[in-house]
Amino acid sequence: MKPIALIIRRELAAYLRSPLGWVVAAVLLLIDGLAFNVFAVGSDTARKSSEVLSQFFFFSGGLAEAAGLFLAMRLLAEERQTGTINLLFSSPIRDYQIVLGKFLAAFVFLLGIHVLSLYMPLMVLLHGKVAKGHLVAGYLGVLLMGSTGLAIGMFASSLTRSQLVAIVVGAAISVALVMAWLLAPVTDRPFDQFFSWLALWNKHFPPFMRGTISLQDVAYYVSMTYVFLFATTRVLESRRWSS
Amino acid sequence: MIEVEDLTKYYGGKRAIHDLCFRIEKGEIVGFLGLNGAGKTTTLRILGCLILPSSGVVRIDGMDLADSAHEIRKRLGFLPDTPPLYDEMSVRDYLRFVAELKGVPSKNLTRFIGDALSTCNLTEVADDNIATLSHGFRQRVGLAQSMVHKPSLLILDEPTSGLDPVQIVEMRELIKRLGGEHTVLLSSHILTEISQTCDRLLVIDRGKLVADGTEESISQQAHGSAQGGVLELEIEGEGEAVPEQARQAIGRVPGVIVARVVSKQARRVRLEVECSDDRRSQVARAIVDAGLGLLLLQRKALELESIFQRLVHPTHPQPPAT
Repeated sequence: MKPIALIIRRELAAYLRSPLGWVVAAVLLLIDGLAFNVFAVGSDTARKSSEVLSQFFFFSGGLAEAAGLFLAMRLLAEERQTGTINLLFSSPIRDYQIVLGKFLAAFVFLLGIHVLSLYMPLMVLLHGKVAKGHLVAGYLGVLLMGSTGLAIGMFASSLTRSQLVAIVVGAAISVALVMAWLLAPVTDRPFDQFFSWLALWNKHFPPFMRGTISLQDVAYYVSMTYVFLFATTRVLESRRWSS
Repeated sequence: MIEVEDLTKYYGGKRAIHDLCFRIEKGEIVGFLGLNGAGKTTTLRILGCLILPSSGVVRIDGMDLADSAHEIRKRLGFLPDTPPLYDEMSVRDYLRFVAELKGVPSKNLTRFIGDALSTCNLTEVADDNIATLSHGFRQRVGLAQSMVHKPSLLILDEPTSGLDPVQIVEMRELIKRLGGEHTVLLSSHILTEISQTCDRLLVIDRGKLVADGTEESISQQAHGSAQGGVLELEIEGEGEAVPEQARQAIGRVPGVIVARVVSKQARRVRLEVECSDDRRSQVARAIVDAGLGLLLLQRKALELESIFQRLVHPTHPQPPAT
């Protein structure tokens, strides 16, 4: 386990010492705050607090996914670009430890950004009446979206040495997954159900927004994260011996 | 320490190295010499557990590379052609990260990092960001990185590339100091560079091993005969007839094929003598008997460049000796 802790420490320090981490944090908080003010709070008609909150989680979820992609794009592509991957590959560390360490570091950073966004829902909590559980469920959903974004971004990052290509590929995979539900009505059984289940947003995220945690939605995001991290590990393994 | 048998590596259909066989003993400093693209880096990357060979066996400390790569990596320090540096870290933090990654116990960390910093003369920049360092320093941090965990095997791919002459001398001294304690493999296409640092040379050409040995034994191999060769002489004497006198005196020594006058200035004459075997003492006596002064007599060292030319392109004419 020690190698994982080492990677986490180094990657977290890298986010804090390089502009990328701060830029992603600033942009996410800026857009989140803007959206909160314009759509959630700024509406003319009186609304329930829970509706405001649910709207906050709606765009926070999307932003977390995007932030995940941006935070993850450098994780492996940069190592290959600068050649530092050779250091890891000639050291006694397993591929899954590299992948897991980097993922967890990015996740902790993403978590940190979201702690800074807490003031917005807390304002709703102070001035209105919402269940604390709603807050917990919403944030859980947002973080699960973020972790899926990170995993997809990291997979894309393992494919190339260019961070630009990584972010484009990552975004393409994400958009395709979000839009998978559109395929459901035009395909036959059992594929329609599969596409409807596969969609990144459509069925799985709205319950979190409304404040419900269901095991199958959590399982969906966890397994999406797992699948992409697993694929990343396999790509790394093949790169390790063939490049 | 290292045994390599029939090592072959293909990249797709392209063969990078072909049936390499060699052994390297503990504590040796071995240089891989070859042109760009000859297969040096590929060989070092295989030994550094970065890529798998297509076929062949590599054993390091008796362990098979294909089975025990993880174990071997603990005893290995590797400096790739570009040093693997994280720019945003300070030198000390970076070395600590590498040491921990290689599994150095925490009680030894401070001492090991201190040793690496002082060995590589990095103490003055220990707390600087790597991004701010000059090329020479970066290369030294790369070297420090490869040795911070005191590995038994050090692999350095072109450690002197891009350094200025002063830095090259420093790096050479550094590498020499590492021998004995570590087994060191390094590669270069700069001939003088490698001959001054290494105990032994492995010359690789187009993926094949064309020579293996010390500079001297390789030079003999390249020239076919072990004993014969060319002698260089410098003779002192008064008068116009001296060169001719010397030439005739030497020519009478049995075993001398031909004696040539190379240059003549004031009282000094330089000659080159080709012999069938080592005739240094007879040549010396002949000159003294002829009443001439002998200032210098030595076997002409063959330039590594010309040896290399002969090995790599046996058909090409040798460049004129300087």
